[in-house]
Amino acid sequence: MSGAGFLKIDGVATGYGATQVLKDISLSIASGEFVALLGSSGCGKTTLLRVLAGFVAPKSGIVSVRQREVTHLPPDKRGMALVFQSYALWPHMSVAQNIGYGLKLRGVASADIARRVSAMQAMLGLEGLEDRKPGALSGGQRQRVALGRALVVDPEILLLDEPLSNLDARIRLTVRHELRALQQRLGITAIHVTHDREEAMVMADRIVILDAGRIAQQGSPEEVYNRPASAFVAAFMGAENHVSLTVDVQSDTVSIAPGPANRAGQVPLSGRSLSSGPVEARFRPEAARLFSLSAETPNEPGLVFEGRVVSVTYPGGLWRHVVRLADREILADAVHPFAAGETVGVFVAAASLFLFNMSANAADSSVSRPDGRE
Amino acid sequence: MMSNRSRLAALWWIPRGLIFGLMAFFIFGPLFNMLLWTVTEKWYFPHALPLEYGFSAWGRVFAPRGGALESLGNSLIVAILTVAVSLALAIPAGYALARLKLPLRSLILLAFLIPQAFPNLTVYVNVARIFYEIGLNGTIAGVVLVHASHGLVYAVWIATAAFSAIDVELEQAARSIGAGALRTFRDITLPLAAPGLLASAIFVFLESLDEFTGSYFVGAPDVNMLPLLLYTAGSGGNYQIASITALLLLVPSLIFMLIVERFLKADVLSRVGR
Repeated sequence: MSGAGFLKIDGVATGYGATQVLKDISLSIASGEFVALLGSSGCGKTTLLRVLAGFVAPKSGIVSVRQREVTHLPPDKRGMALVFQSYALWPHMSVAQNIGYGLKLRGVASADIARRVSAMQAMLGLEGLEDRKPGALSGGQRQRVALGRALVVDPEILLLDEPLSNLDARIRLTVRHELRALQQRLGITAIHVTHDREEAMVMADRIVILDAGRIAQQGSPEEVYNRPASAFVAAFMGAENHVSLTVDVQSDTVSIAPGPANRAGQVPLSGRSLSSGPVEARFRPEAARLFSLSAETPNEPGLVFEGRVVSVTYPGGLWRHVVRLADREILADAVHPFAAGETVGVFVAAASLFLFNMSANAADSSVSRPDGRE
Repeated sequence: MMSNRSRLAALWWIPRGLIFGLMAFFIFGPLFNMLLWTVTEKWYFPHALPLEYGFSAWGRVFAPRGGALESLGNSLIVAILTVAVSLALAIPAGYALARLKLPLRSLILLAFLIPQAFPNLTVYVNVARIFYEIGLNGTIAGVVLVHASHGLVYAVWIATAAFSAIDVELEQAARSIGAGALRTFRDITLPLAAPGLLASAIFVFLESLDEFTGSYFVGAPDVNMLPLLLYTAGSGGNYQIASITALLLLVPSLIFMLIVERFLKADVLSRVGR
């Protein structure tokens, strides 16, 4: 990787009228890195991609590539290629013409274009389709033509705007890996916008989670998954169960006071920046372990809740239980089903229990961060 | 009850047949009458059909002194030039109206209707007066200007619809892999808008071909056009010549209607005037 500051975004803000879409976004992306911009719809991720591509002018801030400012360059002078969610293939051109257009623009000799286009077709598995019009292709084929059209011009930076969201679920899984392998083989810097957590996890070197126009957290997939910096990130990364607790922090242990649905417990602080008082606890259904109250309580650091099973379903692999804990219902998985109505214990291991201070400013990303490196 | 209803349903073809028959009569009756007149030598009241058939009227129309060829030539030249002028204005105007966030967009679109909003006669009498002062009266250029002002509403409205039917992302895709704005317009936008633009050209062409009032006040007597010839022949009671002229006007209209029907897609039509 040649330098960390290959693509730099510095204090970018933008908006339409009075609504702010992006607020002070700063990001530094290394050459050859695969970055996923992850967020729910309306968080500004697509707008950020369009700022990079040059289709949206930021109100303030700087975008630079290799220390060269490109903030106000037109899209065609930036050396970036954008793959659209809609693919945006030109219906009046054949597959070969679509892919070869970028080369034609650069004045490449037509024999050369034909050679490179067919090489691209071979790489993407589009052999024999060169004379088809986009209208006569399947969704997966269109997606690959759109990708080929962007890749054939050897862009320094590949921008991907949810390119997999229009594919059906089975193709999407294979295309994820194909796209990732291709990006690594070609050594292209890629920025991938998606709302699909799993897609971001399997494809990206780094995940940048956006929330309401701000970066909520960025880090490796493992980091954002296991050490969410805020309740928002935890929820977005699948820790949908949330319970209110009261804690007391002493040096390196967090003592949890018994509540209406939980027993007293202790977990190591392990780097969380947490202060005593009411906290929001979040955990994933698969991180919860159900056990019968007559059986032995798991003997490891963690927290035990007590509740009643409301319903059981089998989504595959594990049994999923809806468990009522005092004033709320949570989801918890178990290898064996528990009957509805049964009173059970729910154990959450210390490492899987995310604790966040309930502060007025929920967007403050330094509220709680295990192993925080501020 | 059921059988009653089904018997009624079985009889439903009678009013339908009557309505379609009447419609066909009103459309094809006059056309058939016109066709008969073009091959008539002698036909007078109270006879239902011509007494003698022949082609002598065709000879008179196309004789050098008949003026039909000159009028046909003038009409075609004016129509083609009108299309050229209208498209030259409508392509940039339509693109701007479709793509840019112009304030008062619908007001601007409405403004192109103004030439149609006032009685043609008063407008063209005044146009003729002004053209006479600046030497445009009685010239092809003058007639083309009048027709273009008239045809621009179709041209701009349909061009705007044609351009708005093109997804902006198709243009952005070209920009992002290195095409400049003009190159994108030439390679992507224009070819995709071409069917709509062709349709607007055809509307303008047809409008120009049978426009009468403006041609009369601005063109006559120096620039004679087909509708003028038709009017003179018709008012003079010369139905053979009037019918042959009408046929000359009808043929391009029919051909172009077929082309419009083929090229004007529903997604473009649905955006006209928006």
